[in-house]
Amino acid sequence: MSLLNSILEQLINGLRTGSIYALIAIGYTMVYGIAKMINFAHGDIIMVGAYALYVYSSILKLPLVAAIILTVVTCSVLGIITEKIAYKPLRNAPSLAVLITAIGMSFLLQNVALLIFKATPIPFASVVNVSGIRLGSLYLSGTTLVTLGVTVIAMVALTLFVNKTKAGRAMRAVSEDRGAAELMGISVNATISLTFAIGSGLAAVAGILYISQYETLMPTLGALPGIKAFVAAVLGGIGSIPGAMFGGIILGIIESLSKAYISTQLSDAIVYGVLVVVLLVKPSGLLGKLKIEKV
Amino acid sequence: MALLEVKNLGISFGGLRAVDNLNMSLEKGSLVGLIGPNGAGKTTAFNLLTGVYRPTDGTITLEGSSIVGKTPSEICKAGIARTFQNIRLFQKMSVKDNVKAALHNQFQYSLLESICHVASYKKKEKEMDEKVMEILKVFDLDVYADTFASNLPYGKQRKLEIARALATDPKLLLLDEPAAGMNPNETAELMETIELIRKKFDITILLIEHDMKLVSGICEYLYVLNFGTELANGTPDIVLNDPKVITAYLGE
Amino acid sequence: MENKKKLLINVVIAIVVYAAVMILLNSGLLNRQMRSLITPICTNVMLAVSLCLIVGFLGELTLGHAGFMSLGAYTGALLSLNLPFPPYVSLFIAIIAGGCVAAVAGAIIGIPVLRLRGDYLAIVTLGFGEIIRSVINALDITGGARGLSGIERLTNYNHFTLVFVLTLIVIVVVSNLINSRHGRAICAIRDNYIAAEACGIPVSRFKIMAFIISAFLAGIAGVVYAHNIGILKPANFDYNTSIEILVMVVLGGMGSIKGSIIAAVILTALPELLRGAADYRMLIYSIVLIAMMLFRNSNFNAALIEKKNLKAMQKLQKEGK
Repeated sequence: MSLLNSILEQLINGLRTGSIYALIAIGYTMVYGIAKMINFAHGDIIMVGAYALYVYSSILKLPLVAAIILTVVTCSVLGIITEKIAYKPLRNAPSLAVLITAIGMSFLLQNVALLIFKATPIPFASVVNVSGIRLGSLYLSGTTLVTLGVTVIAMVALTLFVNKTKAGRAMRAVSEDRGAAELMGISVNATISLTFAIGSGLAAVAGILYISQYETLMPTLGALPGIKAFVAAVLGGIGSIPGAMFGGIILGIIESLSKAYISTQLSDAIVYGVLVVVLLVKPSGLLGKLKIEKV
Repeated sequence: MALLEVKNLGISFGGLRAVDNLNMSLEKGSLVGLIGPNGAGKTTAFNLLTGVYRPTDGTITLEGSSIVGKTPSEICKAGIARTFQNIRLFQKMSVKDNVKAALHNQFQYSLLESICHVASYKKKEKEMDEKVMEILKVFDLDVYADTFASNLPYGKQRKLEIARALATDPKLLLLDEPAAGMNPNETAELMETIELIRKKFDITILLIEHDMKLVSGICEYLYVLNFGTELANGTPDIVLNDPKVITAYLGE
Repeated sequence: MENKKKLLINVVIAIVVYAAVMILLNSGLLNRQMRSLITPICTNVMLAVSLCLIVGFLGELTLGHAGFMSLGAYTGALLSLNLPFPPYVSLFIAIIAGGCVAAVAGAIIGIPVLRLRGDYLAIVTLGFGEIIRSVINALDITGGARGLSGIERLTNYNHFTLVFVLTLIVIVVVSNLINSRHGRAICAIRDNYIAAEACGIPVSRFKIMAFIISAFLAGIAGVVYAHNIGILKPANFDYNTSIEILVMVVLGGMGSIKGSIIAAVILTALPELLRGAADYRMLIYSIVLIAMMLFRNSNFNAALIEKKNLKAMQKLQKEGK
């Protein structure tokens, strides 16, 4: 009974971390689908989100709702700016160049944060003010409930947006064939900006949820969840939004189970191991499709 | 025995039958054309012959031995070289090194010799240089030996691609639209070059081409593809006057 | 003829550099801090040149170079700590073994190279690097997070000749390789792997070969690193270290061995010599990465190259006539 209980507890932990990964992974996957690049700096947007919330709510003492909205807006704008400055000039450049630029961008964000906020971790109590509930012998904390709730809402909204709206249709068209979409009168620049804005906005949400869980601010806090979310996006099949959601949750569960039952120290290695195995066995991921270069 | 024998060759991509029941037989020393409207499966046939795609059915034999299932590099070693419809040169390498890279299997020395640059390395490299210049001269590219391939004008890039293919010492050379994008003068010059290399290097040539002047001017035999299947074959004057072929190109 | 001249110039440069450093060392002109920079500069040159083989010549991005280096460093350190031979014999064995262990890892990482390219490959190498670090962190024999200490300092500035010779070997191996049929095959794969395959070059074999050689050389650099610093910690070999090496290759012009060497020397020496710049080091690195990529792909740069080409072309045409 207690084993079952502990497994259930770990599953819920995994679901909580996994839904954060899923939110971040969506950003990776959308940008990859549309701009055909891995936005390495995406993980650091989470960090910016966490710090932005800290600045708005703890330093400027804004009301929580306003602080959250401002955080999301800040990150969206930052996403658009990084794209315009660093990625747009490289649209026709070799993918190696784009990837190196993205790595540079990631370092830039980290180091700017380091200069402003210094390397010492800043404690930042959770902004989530919801009491947990008890289901039998199982306890669900407030953070867990909010994380799961927010993730579900975000995913439903995003799915509706992509499938039902005009802008969403434009996004799908651009990801299918940029040139053809442009000829059909779709503004590719605007669509790419919108994609970065949505992806970064979701990363901000993920950043808020993440910091509510870990309660410590550091300039490098985005790197690890960022890379893990990328693993999740690949696991689900990069370019596929349902794949990113699915991959994020599976990865969260794998991580939480291996932390609990294998080794805390090796849990990261296991996550990367999953990535390597997936890419070797099925490079297109679980729900993705692979493109073959035409000869 | 024919140099290349293709029997019942076919490939499906999902439900699409890109090439179906293709039969070809190329005699040694012949110059054969593979023609057909856009999307007929000509380049796919080349990709099957060079191992880029693995056929779903049928056989391909070169000098009596099967080459189905071999990798492109193994097929190149076996004696089939090719050019590409959209030029694929080694852009950031010099013209000379482009051809030298294709001599990879002709002039061999070990990794240790590569790293230590011993006397045997120098000897082989010198032989390679001589061979490269010999090939480049045929195409009047010798003055450009040290230029980056990407800096050559378009027509010369096409020539370099043929030169590179010849450097692999093939028995059969596949040319994928060699005259694409060329003006009539360049095309005429290209026809001469093709005739010349055929004699000089004693090889068999199979080419895809849309320029009917070139096709009827130099090809001895033609295969016509349409919707992945063979529509006709024969000498140019018969095939090009065949109503079926004219309909395939121009419609009813 | 021209090659011989080039060779002669390079030999002269090597001798001058060696003599200059030796004179500076023996005359006592260098302070402690500057002396302690000598081996790190050499190690970074080795790392940058070995990474250049993959990033510059094979055209693939790897983010796990610090992983290869750490394997060499730990293997070498454990051997020289435990072997019963005289120090220099142990060091010799350590260098060979460190390189070999890293090369085996290179071969293992080379397997995904067969199936993946570009972005995905970069991520997998990052994953491998992190796996290596996590495992080193979790093992007892490596001292875990506390680190491995007490390594005899057999490659510090007192042993400059040895370090210099090793650095030269690494540089010569890579530059000789590039000017050979194996190197041409590697560059051909970078420029167009489909055409390379069609020219009879077995692409898979050469990709793995490049990874193995690069890893072997990085392993040697790791051994030198270990015997200079005296204590190893897993944190010394994280993702940031891989990126630092990458910055050197990128700044060196990606595909230029000389450029990589110069960039490695500058990027190692400058932050240490300019007090205060150390805080901004990573910030500057990130800006260098972005600026270099933007410049290389800018219209301005394209115009410059075009102008140069046009001149060369006109000259050729004149000669042709």
